[in-house]
Amino acid sequence: MSDNTTNLTLFEQLGGEAAVNAAVDIFYRKVLSDYRINRFFDNVDMEQQAAKQKAFLTMAFGGPNNYSGQDMRNGHAKLVKMGLDDSHFDAVMENLVATLAELNVPQELIAQVDALAQTTRNDVLGK
Amino acid sequence: MTRIKFDDQTFTSQNDETVLDTLLHNNVQVPYGCKQGVCFSCLMRSLDNAPPASSQVGLKDTQQKQNYFLSCLCKPENDMTVVLPNAESVWLDAEVIEKRNLSANVIFLKLKSKDPLAFFAGQFVNLRRDDGVTRSYSIANIHNPNHELEFHIRILPDGQFSRWVADELQIGMLLTFSHAQGSCHYIEGKEEQPLLLIGTGTGLAPLYGIIRDALSYKHHGEIHLYHGSRDESGLYFVEKLRELAKKYSNFHYTPCLSSSTDLSTDYAHGRVHEIALKECAKLDGWRVYLCGQPEMVKHAKKMAYLQGAALNSIYADPFTY
Repeated sequence: MSDNTTNLTLFEQLGGEAAVNAAVDIFYRKVLSDYRINRFFDNVDMEQQAAKQKAFLTMAFGGPNNYSGQDMRNGHAKLVKMGLDDSHFDAVMENLVATLAELNVPQELIAQVDALAQTTRNDVLGK
Repeated sequence: MTRIKFDDQTFTSQNDETVLDTLLHNNVQVPYGCKQGVCFSCLMRSLDNAPPASSQVGLKDTQQKQNYFLSCLCKPENDMTVVLPNAESVWLDAEVIEKRNLSANVIFLKLKSKDPLAFFAGQFVNLRRDDGVTRSYSIANIHNPNHELEFHIRILPDGQFSRWVADELQIGMLLTFSHAQGSCHYIEGKEEQPLLLIGTGTGLAPLYGIIRDALSYKHHGEIHLYHGSRDESGLYFVEKLRELAKKYSNFHYTPCLSSSTDLSTDYAHGRVHEIALKECAKLDGWRVYLCGQPEMVKHAKKMAYLQGAALNSIYADPFTY
């Protein structure tokens, strides 16, 4: 890594807001197409859901966010009752990593995004 | 320093302040959420000067064109008069100048506004009669110097408003209507982009307006219109649209019947969005318009997105009757 990039935040290295916008369409499409998890998204408004995915990606990209563990718990409580578990969380992570790979994000940055997104696991699954 | 006018009050924005902060500092209650341009709760619209482009990131291009912006991101460069989306507006007067049947249960209604008006074909207005009964209808014609508005009104057996239109409204009578709203309309500047339009019933009205608008801008990308109904009685403009398809080689029209016993080859048979999305299977880079029955709109939106259309390029107008 050159000196230029070492001072940049993860969010800046990824390309900021524009990168989130590029990723959200691909990511959400992958999630909706994934038979392992798409039943959890059957009855949601697509625009609202895309906005939530965007907020999630912004957080996972290290961008400015109002992440609240409690909101995350409340928001997913119904899905946990429907059977949401680690395997589904893993599937979402898989789609996230695949999205970034598709956008040619370097491996080491993908690893950082993955690590940030993983911090939401217990809240999402209500553990 | 710029001035922000909201609800008949004028506020001065302090150095580098956003429109949202200016309003909140002055104890004006407006909706907001994340304050980072993500949740879109603080969406507003400028009625005069355009907001900075940086405050319109992520909005649909039709909204950008109408000067919508996110107030939490907007550091105004010019004075602006701002309103909340769909804020109750002024009512304008119009006279009925034409009324006829398009089919057994659809009426064509043409109004002439007393005042000049700004609208895009495909947007909707609220029509209101004297006693206050109000309904939303989509505009089926393009902007014109005569200030005329065209609507396709479906007569519902128990429709308080539509039955009145059918039975009592006469040429020369007056109606009031609201300013045009909604982001389901054509936008110039991408004349090469393929368009897919899917509608059921009088969902054809906005789509017909959008197509006329596109053709008036010499849109040269392919334009595919699928109009669906249960049986033949629900379709209208069939000949008109076939003529249009003969005249413009890039315009394609497919009328669809979902449960007709008449299996003639004049129509495609099946559910309109399934036919459309099977024939137009790859939608990367397309612009998609969906109008009519809410269930159809919902399914088609998801299918179109999964088949490659960007969410921001899908314009939907579900009709509730």
